[in-house]
Amino acid sequence: MIAKDVAIVGVGSSNFHELYAEKDASRDPYGLAADALREALDDCGLGKNDIDGLLCTNLKYGRMGDVIGLRNPKFVHDLEGTGRMSGVSLQEACAIVQAGLADVVAVVYATVGRSVGMKYGGEDGGPTTAYDTMYGMTSTGAYVSLMYQRYRKMYGVPEDALAPLAINNRYNGARNPRAVFQREIDHAEYIGSRFIAEPLRKLDYCIINDGAVAFIVTSIDRARSMRKKPVRIAGTAGMAELNNHYTSPDFYFAACRGVADRLYKETGLGPDQIDCMQVYDNFLPTILFTLEGFDHAPKGSAWEWVADGTIGPDGSRPLNTSGGHTSESYMQGFALHVEAVRQLRGEAGDRQVRGCRTVQYMCASPIVTSHIFTID
Amino acid sequence: MNVEAYARLLPDITAANKPFWDGCAAGELRLQTCTECDTHRFPDGPTCPNCLSRSHTWQTVSGTGTLWSWFTMHQKYFPAFADEIPYLVAYIKLSEGPFMISSLVDPPAELELDQPVRAVFGPDATGRPIVRFTVEPVEPVEPASGAVTR
Ligand SMILES: [Zn+2]
Repeated sequence: MIAKDVAIVGVGSSNFHELYAEKDASRDPYGLAADALREALDDCGLGKNDIDGLLCTNLKYGRMGDVIGLRNPKFVHDLEGTGRMSGVSLQEACAIVQAGLADVVAVVYATVGRSVGMKYGGEDGGPTTAYDTMYGMTSTGAYVSLMYQRYRKMYGVPEDALAPLAINNRYNGARNPRAVFQREIDHAEYIGSRFIAEPLRKLDYCIINDGAVAFIVTSIDRARSMRKKPVRIAGTAGMAELNNHYTSPDFYFAACRGVADRLYKETGLGPDQIDCMQVYDNFLPTILFTLEGFDHAPKGSAWEWVADGTIGPDGSRPLNTSGGHTSESYMQGFALHVEAVRQLRGEAGDRQVRGCRTVQYMCASPIVTSHIFTID
Repeated sequence: MNVEAYARLLPDITAANKPFWDGCAAGELRLQTCTECDTHRFPDGPTCPNCLSRSHTWQTVSGTGTLWSWFTMHQKYFPAFADEIPYLVAYIKLSEGPFMISSLVDPPAELELDQPVRAVFGPDATGRPIVRFTVEPVEPVEPASGAVTR
């Protein structure tokens, strides 16, 4: 959908670095979400009572509304706590504003995954997962590992092919004062990283940490009177690929391409016009699948495309400038949306991409989504 | 293996899936097959994903497939598998279409994509007959008599 008459006007996120310093079993995700929301409201100059739409992910809407004293939103519900929902929730916010169901939509997300000991593997699944667990199979990373093993064999990919992505995320995280990990890594440290689901190593995995994100979405007309320049949603598109496993037979290529074709057509923008990319990176191979599906890199060779500096801060297509999910924080895609806004506003400090006018968010997962953000 | 912990990971045997487990005990891979359109499905489900028919039979299928991919688990997610680490998990594309997670019996040191595999049956740690797969040696296939090659 074309949504350039809709804008993100305020963003907020936790200081993930501070929260990571210690686990706290009593940490309240609703409190973290409220803190992020307060920052997002301050960011745009709105008050709590201006919000008339509320979308909660990994949070129950009833508790959220009660905690923040938002009694009568015109539109409200919650979404499951999975990474694919960050793109979906922004799409919903755009549709809600365009349809007139609400004027100011707050999108909130929080997790205390680290403090409560979430492992994203070994937990009880649905009725069909037992057919996998009986063979010791569990965790999204393991299903992604199956895809990456096949990708490696198909295209003759060397053992260290993900190192540039791991190093890039950490380089960027070192320039982000909110990032969990602010120490750079080199090739030797990457190769020394232990295997989790071989061929995937620990440094290919997202962090499990605590934190929250909020952003405020409204019409461009309303946005003009707010504190900062609005960030437009030039376009957004989605396509699911639903099956029994988190393993796509074509590495989500066809679904990504379907989304890309519509998004690029509707916005009149293509990969060459993108100044900065925010790519959902639950596990680093997902970045390769995404770049190929969205036509940034040729099929079968994204691993070479990312190795030559293109994705670095001074390259032509800087990637995951806040450190992504392996360095900044695993906020299931929500913090990548916030980073897109900060880059477009020129608020990214030491990691600012020069002349950043267009940012693309991409998520290759059972629900593929992508948006292109622009600033006037 | 911690048998008690492993037993908790197994699918419950229900009226809906019992024919699958009876097949494992008989040394046969049996899949739900749509009565209307002959589409096979796995795991068992209430409805044909192709034509939405609620009507199915259980059919013994070829037990053949290909090795779509595999990986080696090093992380201790399950106490039951703690002593097995590192262990190999295989992703099999059955000849009839559905994908299946499984393990390989005596895998060779080098595995290849799309290598032919065949279902084999035997008891797990609890004694329940389950399906695993064995890698078939890759040999040139003699064209069947009268087969047309284009
Ligand atoms: Zn059918």
